[in-house]
Amino acid sequence: MFEAILLTVITASTPLVIAALGELVAERAGVLNLGVEGMMIMGAVCAFAAAQLSGSPYIGILAGIVGGGLFSLLFGFLTLTLVANQVATGLALTILGLGLSGQLGEAFVGLPGIKLQPIVIPLLSDIPFFGRVLFSQDLIFYLSVALVVGINWFLFRSRRGLKIRAIGDNHASAHALGINVIGARYLAVMFGGACAGLAGAQLSLVYTPQWVENMSAGRGWIALALVVFASWRPWRVLAGGYLFGAVGIGQLHAQILAQNLGIVIPSQFLSALPYAATIVVLIIISHNRRTTLINTPASLGKPFVPDR
Amino acid sequence: MKKLIIALAASAALLGGFVTGAEAQEKTKVCFIYVGSRTDGGWTQAHEIGRQELQKALDAKIETPFLENVPEGPDAERAIERMARSGCALVFTTSFGFMDATIKVAQKFPDVKFEHATGFKAAPNVATYNSRFYEGRYIQGQIAAKMSKKGVAGYIASFPIPEVVMGINAFELGAKSVNPDFKLKVVWANTWFDPGKEADAAKALIDQGVDILTQHTDTTAPMQVAAERGILAFGQASDMIAAGPKTQLTAIVDTWGAYYIKRTQALLDGTWKSEQIWDGLKDGILTMAPYTNMPDDVKAMAEETEAKIKSGELHPFTGPINRQDGTPWLAAGEKPQDGVLLGMNFYVEGVDDKLPQ
Repeated sequence: MFEAILLTVITASTPLVIAALGELVAERAGVLNLGVEGMMIMGAVCAFAAAQLSGSPYIGILAGIVGGGLFSLLFGFLTLTLVANQVATGLALTILGLGLSGQLGEAFVGLPGIKLQPIVIPLLSDIPFFGRVLFSQDLIFYLSVALVVGINWFLFRSRRGLKIRAIGDNHASAHALGINVIGARYLAVMFGGACAGLAGAQLSLVYTPQWVENMSAGRGWIALALVVFASWRPWRVLAGGYLFGAVGIGQLHAQILAQNLGIVIPSQFLSALPYAATIVVLIIISHNRRTTLINTPASLGKPFVPDR
Repeated sequence: MKKLIIALAASAALLGGFVTGAEAQEKTKVCFIYVGSRTDGGWTQAHEIGRQELQKALDAKIETPFLENVPEGPDAERAIERMARSGCALVFTTSFGFMDATIKVAQKFPDVKFEHATGFKAAPNVATYNSRFYEGRYIQGQIAAKMSKKGVAGYIASFPIPEVVMGINAFELGAKSVNPDFKLKVVWANTWFDPGKEADAAKALIDQGVDILTQHTDTTAPMQVAAERGILAFGQASDMIAAGPKTQLTAIVDTWGAYYIKRTQALLDGTWKSEQIWDGLKDGILTMAPYTNMPDDVKAMAEETEAKIKSGELHPFTGPINRQDGTPWLAAGEKPQDGVLLGMNFYVEGVDDKLPQ
């Protein structure tokens, strides 16, 4: 049973981790995009529609990534080129995404979904317990792990990553050094959109292979919170995402176990646990003000207009 | 964060969800407020089908605008008021959580008629209407007890309100009428609409050993999980057979259309008055989806029970019934008042869950 629970936790955590990683890169570049929920749901509808039309969930994944990425371009154009307020634009992107996806998806409501099948990795999957849990997963899960490793390397070990972080910390100085601030931010925003789209694809192809309006149900917001929770560190996003997923699934099992044992635990309390856990971890993390300040991109959310 | 989500959802609903019918000054406006998406495959879709039937039946005289994805709580009041202000003569508010908001707006607009689904607060211009879903759940319980090999069913519940508690009790009573030792595990998802969470709840119940699922949430996600894991399940609010052709045993299908037509006709005739209507299987306000994926004898039993409930011969809540702790609630042959059922806040014997207070 423990294995089954772990599998459920992985499914529930993967979209949170992927969407949060994308937003992390955008925020490291100094762009606060509150439109994660909107980009995620656009990814979900694009992925579902493409999978239905092509018959292949892999085309669906691709469509989710492209859909989320293109949708984020709208945010990029408004906030980077037209220098609109990032908070307002991000909120608008979410509202627009929820509405637009409902329209786009109308023809696909109620259709039986195409589930992305697991890829069993030979040998590794033969390892007892963990092999079965970790190495007979679907492509999106493998991608999520690769993204954590890749982004961590990119941000902290590569020259371009250093530039991204420099832009996020002080865009004026970065500009003075000759770094193309706007260009890099466009790429970071689109990467964030693509990740949110991939997370959406996971929802409509793996988590619950179907299309229903609003099916992201607030997961984009949780992903946003995860970035702060992880103090802009990819590995902590992974840990935080899984903590959140585990507490969410754990509380459902706790309800049933409590019934088996005949004890009373209010379900509302259990439902609130993930959020309570967030607060506790935030308190622990923000305990040291200095490290918090070091990790927070100093130019986050601030508009940049290059002087000509 | 939650507040922000609610605020956003409200703005989204207000920005995106407002749809009006054809412009015609002469037509009476009959308006609908939906808690979910009209294509959710469950609760809201059932109301939407009712609205479409109404529009079709009285097309020449009425138009039927609706607002969808209206969150329960303070924002609902704004949405309902907006409808009332836009010239609606009759407003159907189709979720339990719209109750207080409906009453508040109704006080401000004494000339507008309101009908609130599944609530218990009325006013001279607020009628309530409800469906005796418990009748269907009793039949489901009987089927579950016949079909379950383990004698344990899983129940995905939304919020601990009387309507949901009553459904859980009816299911358990039906099951116990077939198998006195039948057990029911309840998981509270604390949401009406979140496919992911509903699926998680379904998986948790299956992993903990139930082999039949029933749900009181709005999407087909639990049905889909049941299909994937190869167990049986019941649909909720709409026929969910498409999500589980080899999984769904039956579903409680809400059929509001005839009621909406009747009440709108009364409004047009000037005979509308505030009533508390609670109809059941016999009135056709709920129907059972075809009994599938079960042997003929189980099907025959279900059909017989359905017929008995329709004829009034059988009331699912007929004593002797004990409360969960074993103390007597109804004596042999005794039936509860409707008001007692509508305010139900305790479990009957056999439910394993402890009711959240």
